[in-house]
Amino acid sequence: MARIGVFICHCGENISATVDCGRVAETIGKLKHVAYSTEYKYMCSDPGQTLIKDAIKEYKLTGIVVSACSPRMHEPTFRKAAAEAGLNPYLCEMANLREHCSWVHEKNDMTTEKAIDIVRILVEKVKINNALLPIKVPVTKTALVIGGGIAGIQSALDIANTGHKVILVERSPSIGGHMSQLSETFPTLDCSQCILTPRMVEVAQHPNITLYTYSEVESLDGFIGNFTVKIRKKARSIDEKDCTGCGLCTTKCPQKKIPNEFEEGMGFRPAIYTPFPQAVPNKPVIDREHCTYYIKGKCKVCEIVCPTKAIRFDQPDQILEIQIGAIVIATGFDIKRTDFFPEYGFGKYKDVIDGLQFERLASASGPTGGAILRPSDGVVPKNIVFVACAGSRDPAKGIAYCSKICCMYTAKHAMLYKHKVHEGKAHVFYMDIRSAGKNYDEFVRRAIEEDYVNYIRGRVSTIYECDGKLIVKGVDTLLGAQPLEIVADMVVLATAGVANSGAEELAQKLHVSYDSHKFFAEAHPKLKPVETNTAGIFLAGACQNPKDIPDSVSQASGAAVKVAALFSQNELTREPLVAFVNRCSPPLYSTCVGCFLCQSVCPYQAIEREEFKNRDGKTIKTVAKINEGLCQGCGTCVALCRSKSIDLHGYTNNQMYTEVMALLNVY
Amino acid sequence: MKIGIYPGCSLNGSARDYNESVFAIAKVFDIELVQIPDWNCCGATAAHNLNKELSLALPARILALAEQNGLDEVLVPCAACYSRLVVTQHELKVEPEIKNRIKKVIELDYRGTTKILNVIEWLDKYIIPGIEEKLVLPFKHKVACYYGCLLVRPNKVLNYDRSEDPQTMDEVMRKIGADPIYFPYKTECCGAGFSVSRTDIVSKLSGKIIEDAEHRGAEFMIVACPMCHSNLDMRRPDINQYFKTKFTLPILFVTQALGLAVGLSPKEVGLQRHFVPVNIDS
Ligand SMILES: Cc1cc2nc3c(=O)[nH]c(=O)nc-3n(C[C@H](O)[C@H](O)[C@H](O)COP(=O)(O)OP(=O)(O)OC[C@H]3O[C@@H](n4cnc5c(N)ncnc54)[C@H](O)[C@@H]3O)c2cc1C
Ligand code: SF4
Ligand code: SF4
Repeated sequence: MARIGVFICHCGENISATVDCGRVAETIGKLKHVAYSTEYKYMCSDPGQTLIKDAIKEYKLTGIVVSACSPRMHEPTFRKAAAEAGLNPYLCEMANLREHCSWVHEKNDMTTEKAIDIVRILVEKVKINNALLPIKVPVTKTALVIGGGIAGIQSALDIANTGHKVILVERSPSIGGHMSQLSETFPTLDCSQCILTPRMVEVAQHPNITLYTYSEVESLDGFIGNFTVKIRKKARSIDEKDCTGCGLCTTKCPQKKIPNEFEEGMGFRPAIYTPFPQAVPNKPVIDREHCTYYIKGKCKVCEIVCPTKAIRFDQPDQILEIQIGAIVIATGFDIKRTDFFPEYGFGKYKDVIDGLQFERLASASGPTGGAILRPSDGVVPKNIVFVACAGSRDPAKGIAYCSKICCMYTAKHAMLYKHKVHEGKAHVFYMDIRSAGKNYDEFVRRAIEEDYVNYIRGRVSTIYECDGKLIVKGVDTLLGAQPLEIVADMVVLATAGVANSGAEELAQKLHVSYDSHKFFAEAHPKLKPVETNTAGIFLAGACQNPKDIPDSVSQASGAAVKVAALFSQNELTREPLVAFVNRCSPPLYSTCVGCFLCQSVCPYQAIEREEFKNRDGKTIKTVAKINEGLCQGCGTCVALCRSKSIDLHGYTNNQMYTEVMALLNVY
Repeated sequence: MKIGIYPGCSLNGSARDYNESVFAIAKVFDIELVQIPDWNCCGATAAHNLNKELSLALPARILALAEQNGLDEVLVPCAACYSRLVVTQHELKVEPEIKNRIKKVIELDYRGTTKILNVIEWLDKYIIPGIEEKLVLPFKHKVACYYGCLLVRPNKVLNYDRSEDPQTMDEVMRKIGADPIYFPYKTECCGAGFSVSRTDIVSKLSGKIIEDAEHRGAEFMIVACPMCHSNLDMRRPDINQYFKTKFTLPILFVTQALGLAVGLSPKEVGLQRHFVPVNIDS
């Protein structure tokens, strides 16, 4: 016989101000099978929990309903209290009297009636609840970090330093990401390479990190603690063990005019190349698309000159299969290029460049050796215009969000320009200056006050060429909305930060969600910014949204802690609120008819096949089986199953039906 | 081949030259242009400033009449009329409720099936494919193609050409042998409806357009809108006075240039009606 206890919480005045808690407790107490019913000011407090625990013992309760706030808030609290009193935690239910009742209604009888109804249906439900046991799954204590930008580097190092193995996969020939392209960094103007390269080297030398560059994730199977990843190691066309990184081959390659990606197209590279001098690993790769040998069938100059005979023209791609327990996605971002802006010349004006191109111009290791020279004719621009929010915050361009980093790097660019071209004039067109961050606004003020950068609040409508100059037409909205024309020598567009190429495909391979802009989606915008909604997969850096280096690094360390916490356990415990396919005795085995329609709808690939064999080993029936490690308990399969063979622990059809019937007063 | 045409007010008035050149070309290419019977004002700039329902009902009636008369395609040479018709068709498509209300107002059935063509689309579809055979006097001139505001906007509704840097007119001009120059002013404002009320504004804005085209060596400016034409051509004395200079750049409708290229006489395409004299020496 069920003996149910009901605990009505006032939540201070949050509930009691509109609901007559005393009447609820009294009415519920008269229900059949309710052995105890009471009210209290704060159930979640220590005395509140003690009250519950004592009642469970004293009245030998077989189930409890805590009628308080949202289960999102305190279900774990009360289930834990129940367990401490010896009651299976899944025999504790919460009735949400706050969000579902007191907060949304006025104080009157009907509100109290509704509260009674809410509690009543849960009393009926908890009567038929089953005791459930948590699910245990083993953990493979190796992490996969995808993307070797500063975020991926930081995550990999942090995880490796906790003593766990890390596989770092980077698709380009070197790690470093966009940070390796930057000249100096806001808000301190320290040299990007100088703070980054030591970390890159640390990654390469760390005993716990295995680095696969020029590699990509091919596929992913499994679930938290137990993933299997396939990695495609693209053919570098050299033997990394034999190559000493002397670079002789790169100087002799006859293909010399391939646009250099690292220099953002403002320089050239050969077909066999290392992306930049500090690359990690410092070993070249043959770009087969542009190599004379792969195009015409002959050349092999690099093979001839290589002193250690390390060139391998016939090297195939390699597929590696690795067991891992957790994943950090750190694939970064990209920016819109100038060709996205028809109004600013559609990419056809050579002297209208984007922010990364400016970084390369300003970089001591860049194509101009750090001199600000305009690309068309190599002349020092006397008048330079920076356009913030190019594309960002512009719904007409399909990018309604703020790219967050450009206000800051625009101030930095204007400053760097003024430091290098003292007599030059720098103008910045902006919408708002968004410089929230430690020492950030001070940095922008410095650009304005100490470097005399001319900040103009207004947008640029068009840019066009006339007599070798760029005419920038805009408006100054602070000076009576006056139209304004600046005759410039060079224009830098702070183009919108966007999702990296291939982000969507990767998200689909990993089964994680992404937003409408193809940025990876966090599990909760506030409380789970590092998690994805796939257990065991975490986010770091600008793959989630455009971020600066400090934010990327903090999140990367956050993700590392999440991985370390996961790896601190030998077994994982999961909530048992998962689906199950019924089983019965042979010859039926299950009412499941094996149509596997459920397999096609499960968003988490959690449905497997189970075969029943006779003594001869012949399969006599194949039915669906839920992988408890993967199932997230969404219930989609339950709704779909035509033979009603699937049900959800904790929310069975019968429990739901009982609640509805209770509401209709059938009981 | 029979296509409907909606002339609007200007093609019978200030832009008769445009009208003449459109009909002259159609004749060369054996296209019969049928005026929509009993057509009315498109609402122009006035209606949609005053009364939304009126601004939709007027064009809707025109389109309903086209449907009634079996005109599946309608050429609308005036860019402003074109805009009103296209925008109306779009709004009635996305707002069925408004459509039903408008149907009651105009007391006609309206399905919204008419294909509305602006002059460039029309040339592109019916004239350019056969141009090579008929091209007798290639228009070998440097031209500045001026699109103005309404031909390629609003982006959301039109989905035709790229609104910030349109190319279709340049393409048409290339097909008749012209050399379209790089012209950043191609969609800048000409002053539009201020033509009558604030000629000073028109003088300044239209003057800048002409100044840039002349500076870049254009021999002709090509337009596809009666309003642009009158601002750039008819208001030339005001412009010259405002700029204290003598701009001589002639403004041709795209159909006039094309007409000349297929051997029509200057008179047949209405060149004598221009305020700025057009000297064709080729
Ligand atoms: C012009 C400009 C100036 C900036 N200046 C500053 C500054 O001064 N200060 C500051 O704090 N921030 C600055 N930033 C921001 C800074 O660049 C970012 O915060 C930082 O690069 C983010 O690091 P990340 O690792 O998340 O991404 P990224 O740097 O983009 O690195 C991502 C890495 O993942 C790799 N990758 C991508 N897809 C895959 C895949 N599918 N598989 C494997 N690997 C993959 C990429 O090749 C890359 O190496 C600037 C940004 C720009 C555009
Ligand atoms: S960071 Fe500044 S420039 Fe960049 S989108 Fe946001 S507001 Fe615009
Ligand atoms: S409940 Fe959802 S996650 Fe679990 S097996 Fe069914 S469909 Fe998949």
